[in-house]
Amino acid sequence: MDFQWTKKDLLDLYDLSRDEILHILNTAEEFKKVSQRNVKKVPALRGRTVVNLFVEPSTRTRVSFELAEQRLSADIINMNADVSSFRKGETLLDTLKNIQALQADIVVMRHQATGAPNFLARELNMGVVNAGDGAHSHPTQALLDIFTIREKKGRIEGLNVVIVGDILHSRVARSNVWGLLKLGANVTFAGPATLVPREFEKIGVRVCHNLKDALADADVVNLLRIQLERQQRGYFPSLGEYSRFFGIHPETLRYIKRDALIMHPGPINRGVEIDSAVADGPQSVILEQVTNGLAVRMAVLFLVAGCLK
Amino acid sequence: MKKNNSWILKGGRIIDPANHIDRTGDLWIREGRIVEPDSFDPALAETVNLRGLVVAPGLIDMHVHLRQPGNTDAETIRTGTMAAAAGGFTSIVAMPNTSPCADTAGTIQYIKDFAAREGVVKVLPSGALSVGRKGEEMSPVGSLKAAGVVALTDDGCCIQNNELMRHVVEYAGNFGLPVLEHCEDKFLAGDGVMHEGYWSVLLGMKAMPAAAEEVIVARDIIISRLASWKIHIQHVSSAQSVKMIRAAQADGVRISAEATPHHIALTDVEIKKFDTNYKMNPPLRSEEDRMAVIEGLQDGTIAVIATDHAPHTQTAKLVEFDHAPFGIIGLETAVPVTLTELYHKNYLSLSQVISKFTVGPASILGIDAGTLSVGAAADVTIIDPDCEYIVDVNDFYSKSRNTPFNGYAAKGRTMATFVDGVCIFSLLKESEPEDEESK
Repeated sequence: MDFQWTKKDLLDLYDLSRDEILHILNTAEEFKKVSQRNVKKVPALRGRTVVNLFVEPSTRTRVSFELAEQRLSADIINMNADVSSFRKGETLLDTLKNIQALQADIVVMRHQATGAPNFLARELNMGVVNAGDGAHSHPTQALLDIFTIREKKGRIEGLNVVIVGDILHSRVARSNVWGLLKLGANVTFAGPATLVPREFEKIGVRVCHNLKDALADADVVNLLRIQLERQQRGYFPSLGEYSRFFGIHPETLRYIKRDALIMHPGPINRGVEIDSAVADGPQSVILEQVTNGLAVRMAVLFLVAGCLK
Repeated sequence: MKKNNSWILKGGRIIDPANHIDRTGDLWIREGRIVEPDSFDPALAETVNLRGLVVAPGLIDMHVHLRQPGNTDAETIRTGTMAAAAGGFTSIVAMPNTSPCADTAGTIQYIKDFAAREGVVKVLPSGALSVGRKGEEMSPVGSLKAAGVVALTDDGCCIQNNELMRHVVEYAGNFGLPVLEHCEDKFLAGDGVMHEGYWSVLLGMKAMPAAAEEVIVARDIIISRLASWKIHIQHVSSAQSVKMIRAAQADGVRISAEATPHHIALTDVEIKKFDTNYKMNPPLRSEEDRMAVIEGLQDGTIAVIATDHAPHTQTAKLVEFDHAPFGIIGLETAVPVTLTELYHKNYLSLSQVISKFTVGPASILGIDAGTLSVGAAADVTIIDPDCEYIVDVNDFYSKSRNTPFNGYAAKGRTMATFVDGVCIFSLLKESEPEDEESK
């Protein structure tokens, strides 16, 4: 392949070209094959040090990144908000500058503050891989979602992708939308008016507050986790009412395409945004998303590492 | 160095909006006061040739955070007033959100004493509307007036209790003190860090809707009418706010408004840089809002430009966007930014821009400043409206550097500032040869 990756950071799909996104997906295909072998490890990042800094707690993304790093033979340091210097009042930038002074190569960071990785990428020479920042961006999740869709459907262009739920607070939706639009999908955001801002129409997204209308032509249904905290802030009356009007139930499957994919970034709330029968049913690719996440993260770390001095 | 306070400012374009003057001529200053030309022996004064430059009344900034007492790592009365001088401001209103809060006569006295010793421009203190700016009980308004405040404000906070607001406005009216209001409904604003709109939705940033400002603007129009006293809306930033204020003024309500240079020049698109020098409250809003603010300035709905100069240390600002404090400095960029954005883009005449910094604030505050009338204190600002330069934070006198205008290509610059006839700041060449022909 002729394409040359040139970025030391992965911050957001908004910043990536169509070719860059495709290059990551194609690279991930190669790494997926590695994970299917008996010996699942390659020496691509041998001698490189990767720091996993999860200021906001995470289990699945963190485990996925850590495993990806191990399979690439990187040296790994894990830090979180509890045990690190944050408790002593050190700023995020100072913490990272100290890590950089130890000649670490890449920081994989999750942070609750929107734009925190963008801020760090500007101030640091290390590679910065965004593992989720606030409600802003979660590029590896979007890439693994798109990878899964492409694997199952053979293409992205022309597909109707519906993302359902708390779009307002979702970094998953915000990253998916750029990748999907750049690759030519039709994107719909669905959910209650309090959680799905109309402003997205300005970038070419269809906004729909009625689930049945939203799902009519869907090729892919991506469900977002609904958090109880949102109900407490008054965005909707109860989880029960949310589930009734915006959850996916076995009856829902009757009026959507039989080959529509059911996706979820996890962790799922069974019985709220998705019923068990749907989550575990034949149209669900939820666990395949997890498998593909590993390949995508290996690809991202490999590409980013290739651009470091 | 001897402090000369007698001058003959020759051949400049004298713009004095309060007196509807815009003419080329000489301004004579004798012992700190403006006098009639040819009224004394020129040998007693220093003569400066100002051909091609504008001679304006000393500018007034009615919205400045000097940070002293309490936060002197970000600014002091000394550095803040030096920044004011370099920006062309001769009088500045100090906001009361110091530490301790300026809600007692003692703190006001401290500020006045310090300003008298260290200040290079005139510092006019304001006092808090409510005790500790907590919005719970009325501050000692009468004592604050007696101590010398020119206005009352809880700037940065906003009294949420409408009954308390009604009473404090009535009581402030009793003592003739204008009420300056930071309009923000706490619940609607929530923990927002930027304007709610297209960019906040795309960026996933916690946002505050313009409605958080508008709800309180509407409340204040109603309270102003009820309490029969004047309320001045600080840093108006939304189109709907401008519209409501315009309608209320037409209806005879005593409501006035100010706009900041940053709301005139910038919009929320900047937030995508995640640079905390674009984080302030009220936040940068949409292009529609920006244009509405400019229209408000054009038709007089907004009579004042004020900077909301809010210094913060680099340590405080060089953090995640969510965690940074609100506010940017503005004293040293107000003239270049407003001349570039308003005068050179043909939204306002030079005289109109100057009025927003002089007669506008002076009449709202009811202070004796902002004119070049004979007999007035010789507070004078010399402006080169066509000077092109690149703003460089390293040239600033302010102790802080938190500005989005570093590197800004400006057209228009403050060249010299006089307070009571004393030149406290000058970029003018020392010995300009006198031009006999200009006589």
